[in-house]
Amino acid sequence: MKAKIIVTPKKAVVDPQGKTVQKALEHMGYRGVKAVHVGKYLEVELDGGDRETARKALDEACHKFLSNPVIEDYRLEIAE
Amino acid sequence: MNFAVLQFPASNCDQDAVHAVRALGHSARLLWHKETSLGDADAVIIPGGFSYGDYLRTGAIARFSPVMEAVQQFADHGGLVLGICNGFQVLCEAGLLPGALVRNRDLQFHCEHIFLKTSHFNTPFTARISQDKILKIPIAHGEGCYFADAETLEKLKANRQILWQYCDPDGNLTEAANPNGSLFNIAGICNERCNVAGLMPHPERACETILGSDDGKWIFESLIAAHEAKRAAKAA
Repeated sequence: MKAKIIVTPKKAVVDPQGKTVQKALEHMGYRGVKAVHVGKYLEVELDGGDRETARKALDEACHKFLSNPVIEDYRLEIAE
Repeated sequence: MNFAVLQFPASNCDQDAVHAVRALGHSARLLWHKETSLGDADAVIIPGGFSYGDYLRTGAIARFSPVMEAVQQFADHGGLVLGICNGFQVLCEAGLLPGALVRNRDLQFHCEHIFLKTSHFNTPFTARISQDKILKIPIAHGEGCYFADAETLEKLKANRQILWQYCDPDGNLTEAANPNGSLFNIAGICNERCNVAGLMPHPERACETILGSDDGKWIFESLIAAHEAKRAAKAA
């Protein structure tokens, strides 16, 4: 089993990385880029167990450790 | 007074902190992150550096190290804790201080002297700083932009938890004097109980005039005075 976790900066937090990448895209000629947000992608490989237990445990880990709720949001997905 | 200076893998201002405390005539010892007791420490310094390579987020991994459990208990009992730079980030991650430190607004690593205005003098971290003194202290960080939500910022103001703000040499809190985009020019804060504080600038690198400034020593002198006062009160 594999879990996919996407961590992104909260809307209220300034994201200078996203802004810089957006500007670079504009300089390269890509039109219509409204905003870029730079986050993190984590893949967690799990050894057996059932889906719901894994989701619960990882949801807790995301909240406690893998993301910082003060500045980040996360999305957790359990893939096969 | 006995200071314990924590040491994580990739701490790099630990020796500077020990040197600064010893130069002021007090005792300091290094404490490895796997230790579970602070021993006879009267105060804890969490030094600067890049604990655990700053992987995941700055301070995120260090805050779960065994020694941090002892620091949490020490702080819960009113012990004095000072986090410098990465130490400030660790304290925020640990929830011992509110808010978080994010990437500098210009994405650059800033290594320079800045000026600090002390906003609150009646604390164990600031009591020995003279009221009209603007501190000249160096910074060296890439992720020192202080962020907290609006509600937390209001609380910080109401409880007088903002200890230091970036200012110009005359003490004006300007945007230009803010090196990293910190909210409200915040350079350092303390917890509600006023026994845990963190700041991004490095007072331990500014304790001797040969280093360009000895203004940082007033922060350590404040801690020392607070400890002496506590000891005198106990003895009485």
